[in-house]
Amino acid sequence: MDFLSYLINGLGLGSVYAIIALGYTMVYGIAKMLNFAHGDVIMVGAYVAFFSISNLGLPLIPAVLLSIVVCTVLGVVIERLAYKPLRAASALSVLITAIGVSYFLQNAAQLLWSSSTKVFPSVISNGGISWNGLTVSWLTLITIGVCVLVMICLTLFINHTKTGRAMRACSEDKGASTLMGINVNLMISITFAIGSGLAAIASVLLCAAYPSVFPTLGAMPGIKAFTAAVFGGIGSIPGAFLGGLLLGVIEIFAKAYISTQLSDAIVFAVLILVLLIKPTGLLGKRIREKV
Amino acid sequence: MKTKMKMPALLSGKYRGRTVSYSIVLVSWLILEVMMHTGNLSSLFTSLLVPVCCYVVAAIGLNLNVGISGELNLGQACFMSVGAFTAVCLSGSLGPAVPSLARLILSIVAGALVATVFGILIGIPVLKLEGDYLAIVTLAFGQIVKSLITNMYFGIDSNGFHFSFVDNNVSLAAGGKMLLNGPMGATGTDRISTFTAGIILIILSLIVVYHLIYSRSGRAIMAARDNRIAAESVGIAIFKTKMLAFGVSSCLAGAAGALYGLNYSTLVPAKFDFNTSILLLVYVVLGGLGNMTGTIIATIVLVLLPELLRSMQDYRMLIYAIVLILIMLLTNNETIRVWGQKLKNRFMTKGGAAHGRES
Amino acid sequence: MEENRKPVLQVSELGIDFGGLSAVNGLNMEVYEGEIVGLIGPNGAGKTTVFNMLTKVYQPTRGTIFFDGVDTAKKTVVDMNHAGVARTFQNIRLFGGLSVIDNVKTGFHGRITYSPLSAVLRLPVYRAKEREIEERSRELLEVFGLTEEADQLASNLPYGAQRRLEIARALATEPRLLLLDEPAAGMNPQETEELMAMIRLVRDRFHTSILLIEHDMKLVMGICERITVLNYGMMLAQGTPEEIQANPEVIKAYLGD
Repeated sequence: MDFLSYLINGLGLGSVYAIIALGYTMVYGIAKMLNFAHGDVIMVGAYVAFFSISNLGLPLIPAVLLSIVVCTVLGVVIERLAYKPLRAASALSVLITAIGVSYFLQNAAQLLWSSSTKVFPSVISNGGISWNGLTVSWLTLITIGVCVLVMICLTLFINHTKTGRAMRACSEDKGASTLMGINVNLMISITFAIGSGLAAIASVLLCAAYPSVFPTLGAMPGIKAFTAAVFGGIGSIPGAFLGGLLLGVIEIFAKAYISTQLSDAIVFAVLILVLLIKPTGLLGKRIREKV
Repeated sequence: MKTKMKMPALLSGKYRGRTVSYSIVLVSWLILEVMMHTGNLSSLFTSLLVPVCCYVVAAIGLNLNVGISGELNLGQACFMSVGAFTAVCLSGSLGPAVPSLARLILSIVAGALVATVFGILIGIPVLKLEGDYLAIVTLAFGQIVKSLITNMYFGIDSNGFHFSFVDNNVSLAAGGKMLLNGPMGATGTDRISTFTAGIILIILSLIVVYHLIYSRSGRAIMAARDNRIAAESVGIAIFKTKMLAFGVSSCLAGAAGALYGLNYSTLVPAKFDFNTSILLLVYVVLGGLGNMTGTIIATIVLVLLPELLRSMQDYRMLIYAIVLILIMLLTNNETIRVWGQKLKNRFMTKGGAAHGRES
Repeated sequence: MEENRKPVLQVSELGIDFGGLSAVNGLNMEVYEGEIVGLIGPNGAGKTTVFNMLTKVYQPTRGTIFFDGVDTAKKTVVDMNHAGVARTFQNIRLFGGLSVIDNVKTGFHGRITYSPLSAVLRLPVYRAKEREIEERSRELLEVFGLTEEADQLASNLPYGAQRRLEIARALATEPRLLLLDEPAAGMNPQETEELMAMIRLVRDRFHTSILLIEHDMKLVMGICERITVLNYGMMLAQGTPEEIQANPEVIKAYLGD
């Protein structure tokens, strides 16, 4: 029974990672950049949700919606101001800019809201469902449910809408997409919007589980989710989903069965092992250089 | 060709960068030493001298890795960490019986060697991968090394060495000393690092890196960076070549970390986290990939910038972030770039004319 | 004539599949010492794929490649170069961040060697070997008319000069067999004329056999002693330029039915 409960908790944590990882992987797929500021968008989302609930007294759903709107706008603004002028620049310049944006968001948050930790109000009731001695909290169930829902919606959107197809075309070949009349810049903006909106959802789920809000809140989940995206094969949407879930399960198992202190080391060691066996992640495509 | 020979060798194209680098380091050293001895240097600046040297050395190493070899490394801080804690342990084990200069040299050498071994071990899996996957694995190793050091307990007493992992089982006899204390890291370290040692370390790393770049190995490293398949087709073994750059880079980071570790009485493993790796990368990219002079200048400026902005208090890191973004946007702006190229060409043709007169 | 020459390269029943589809199949050919051989065929016939197999960029699925009488089944790209195979690329692959002369110097990587440690310590062996590399690179640059451009970045060279530099770099590896992939691509008739003279000069001066892919029939017919024709990955014909020109199969493949 312990095993099963660890597994479900792992899937719960993994669902959060998966939702964040989707943001990394979609942006990587279309803009070919590692958006290091993505973790800090989560932080902003968490603060917005926190203030909406604690100060404005909004119920959970409107608070989440507000958080999604703010993060979506933020994501698009960041892309327009900081990344768009660097389309032709080297990957490293873009990476450093993303790091700059990350510092900016963290320090702006510290100035605006101070570095002291705020306690996120409990938004999801504590109970859960019990079955044969196995208890699963509502939060875990909701988290997994949200993740599955996000995954289904995103898959439908990417595969069955005109915009989704255009986004896929852009990630395959920007030049050809432009020639086909696709507005590449718009598609990149939409990608950032979706990724940042998902970050807002993830932030609320994350804070419901670990109820503290502080300026560097997004750093560690960001790195973990980024790892999850690479784990599944960066650029691949099902890969981010799979990578996120696996990472969560591995982390919880490592904590439960091996050592709490070493759980991070174990997670990263598994990542390295996977990449050694499959150098482009679980579901990543291998691109062969033409000679 | 003959005209080339007549040019003062140190100022001709190939050597210009090197001469400038060495000069910057030596002149800064002289000025700062004079200022220190005449009491014109604030205690804040004095306290920054050794750390700046450490970051410069680690960044020079990283530039060999990222700029010359072309592999994005997001884990340079972990090699500093390995060097630092090796040095702290060795220096602590040797104790005050050994003169501090000898202890410093031995510890730096040990830190560099152990970091090199780590570099090679980590390099074996890392260098089998390419591009962003390679970068993420260096990040992962950085996290693993940090996590391992955070869980190490190491002490010394009259019975010898005591070591434990994850749980602190080290119990020392009276008069014993804890050298590594898990998440608390090293405490009670003798502060034996000196600014002069830092300057010597910078000069040594410049010599190593420049001598390597302008050699058969350096050409191979750059060839493997520019075109992997073509490099193999002229008989360059990619893995070996990249490993050389990675190993030297870790070695320098280890030496830098050793000097850093011995500069503070306490040092936590969390000091060398992902953010430190990223900072080093920022120094390298802002200084210019493959440009060692640029790395030195960028490191000095960017370490000092937050300190200089201290009067701005809370806003300093925000300004730092904005400066970082603006530099990237401006250096990649097409109009500014064209303008800079024109300026450079003008400068170059002037140089060319002078060259002509020489013959 | 072939009796007194030794074969440098012997290929038999060579083939490769990509994702279940056969790209090259049943190729048999030899290149003898000091010979210039042409490999021609319509676009997509698998010519460059053959080069990639000969240099082990691709591992052949079937058949054998003997170089200097030695089976190359287990050799890597680097091994093949050390054994004496050098090549140029259809889409030029220079080291863009290195100067022209440094591009040639990389060619000596496997031939004039010293350890990284002797470079860092600037030991006498470093100085002696570097001087040798410098001198021999200058010689090669002179042969290919690149002396003036020695210190320029390779990526700044005009197209024709880049092709010549690739040949110079390949020759620095002291090959016994030089593979040229469309050396005349993008050249005007006068440059092609000069290239033909240069290829002959390379063969005579550097004692290397040459296998070349080329679409310019004037060049192929002008300098190749023997020609192999590929079509759809299969060998269509083999023979002297005269035989190839008269071969109805070849004419059909080139002109269509």
